[in-house]
Amino acid sequence: MTLWSLLVAPFADFAFMRRALVACFALALGCGPVGVLLMLRRMSLIGDAMSHAVLPGAAIGFLIAGLNIWAMGLGGLVAGISVALLSGLVTRNTSLREDASFAGFYLISLSLGVLIVSTKGSNVDLLHVLFGTILAVDDAALLTVAGIASLSIAVLALIYRPLVVECFDPGFLRAVGGGAGSIFHVVFLVLVVVNLVAGFQALGTLMAVGLMMLPAAASRFWARDVWSMAAVSIGVAMLSGWIGLLVSYHRDLPSGPAIMITAGVAYVVSIVVGREGGIIWRYMPRRHLEA
Amino acid sequence: MAGLRLAPIEVRDLTVAYDRHPAVHHVTCRFEPGSLTAVVGPNGAGKSTLIKSIVGLLRPAEGRVSVGDLKRRDIAYLPQQADIDRSFPITVADTVALGHWARVGIFRAIGRPLRDKVAEALSAVGLEGFEQRPIGSLSSGQFQRVLFARLLLQDAGVILLDEPFNAIDARTTQDLLDLIGRWHGEKRTVIAVLHDMDQVRQHFPDTLLLARELVANGPTPDCLTAANLLAARRMSERWQDDAAVCAPEKRRA
Repeated sequence: MTLWSLLVAPFADFAFMRRALVACFALALGCGPVGVLLMLRRMSLIGDAMSHAVLPGAAIGFLIAGLNIWAMGLGGLVAGISVALLSGLVTRNTSLREDASFAGFYLISLSLGVLIVSTKGSNVDLLHVLFGTILAVDDAALLTVAGIASLSIAVLALIYRPLVVECFDPGFLRAVGGGAGSIFHVVFLVLVVVNLVAGFQALGTLMAVGLMMLPAAASRFWARDVWSMAAVSIGVAMLSGWIGLLVSYHRDLPSGPAIMITAGVAYVVSIVVGREGGIIWRYMPRRHLEA
Repeated sequence: MAGLRLAPIEVRDLTVAYDRHPAVHHVTCRFEPGSLTAVVGPNGAGKSTLIKSIVGLLRPAEGRVSVGDLKRRDIAYLPQQADIDRSFPITVADTVALGHWARVGIFRAIGRPLRDKVAEALSAVGLEGFEQRPIGSLSSGQFQRVLFARLLLQDAGVILLDEPFNAIDARTTQDLLDLIGRWHGEKRTVIAVLHDMDQVRQHFPDTLLLARELVANGPTPDCLTAANLLAARRMSERWQDDAAVCAPEKRRA
């Protein structure tokens, strides 16, 4: 087997592989920076909660229009934003912390979703919604994913400064009257949901968050500031998509988990050898510098 | 500097409560423009609460704080360090550059002249050449200097400092006190929450002694008497779970 047939031929030969690859690249562009900011806001697990919270909306959309990204996306968006806003409301007005209020609402939402899918659809349907089918990405889905990626990058560029300051030093932003920090927070949560929706078709509701969090967590070990972390995160996500698709093609494995596991490998490797605090550097004693 | 806006800060009958228990209780006081005041009192006396109310971060349960025609940008505020994520991947230069917020806001670029100001501010606090260091690599004293550099850039007429010298070594404290002295000389209003009474006596002409209620307010030597300090300690230790509702008539009587 030549390198060509191993790495490139599947994409050269099959249109569905090319579409899947482009979809992964577009996802990476949106999810990379969003994931990094989510992580820096210490909301990694909330991203996970959100990806489950969108299930009932996505399920309803799926039952009405089948595996149509617009219907599922819209439903998911409504469900996700309701959960985000409800838990935000509870957090701000009661003594319950954000993680607890999120957990409460996303569990309700998730169980509703499973209930809807299992009473109205078949098990195959449930698998579609939960795991996605990246190899069946059509033009409409591709355009949606690309559109969402462009939108996320544009919006992030607009609110980048207050968003970063708000997670670094929220008190400062409030004190200088840098706008209501909570508005940026809400806009950002909407971006998270929108990107999760983009990930549906490719990876399913269960794993859409993976392409957001794994590359972001890996990037922490390679870069020192926010924008370079976002760049690394995009790179890792793209690479995971490419290699994951190849693995799934050659070994005849489901593509979603293959992509996720590739990203997982990148994450573990980063923890071990990453230049910024990777474990291996701790055990490779180099002589200390002059004081 | 020439554009410093001057106005007294007036606190009138201010009550701020957490869960209905007042942290600041019917406090009335006034900070003249250009004054240098230390806010002292035992733990839980409502010092931080008072400062936050002046900044506008807390809503009074009763009474009001009036800052004249001062805008948000005219009031610089240094919170206690716990509020800041020190592991955040950001450089010293970018942290200090936040002090330009009133000038650049969300969208405007931070160009060469503003970058130069950052470098100047860093050298003013004794951190020349630290621009590209990540803040996670600084000691807490160095980080406090960074925050003072940011305050320098904010160039505000009113500066509020909440326990600025906690866990800071003597040398750094002295440098930062000098900086505060410089601000005082420039006729800025400075209010600092402090614990070290000797420091207050040496460097702060005015003092406000707080124990949820106002104990004393005025020139430092008149305020920090043994009797006042004892009264403050007694008052702050009082906490009743079943406290009655505070009735205005009773207070006036």
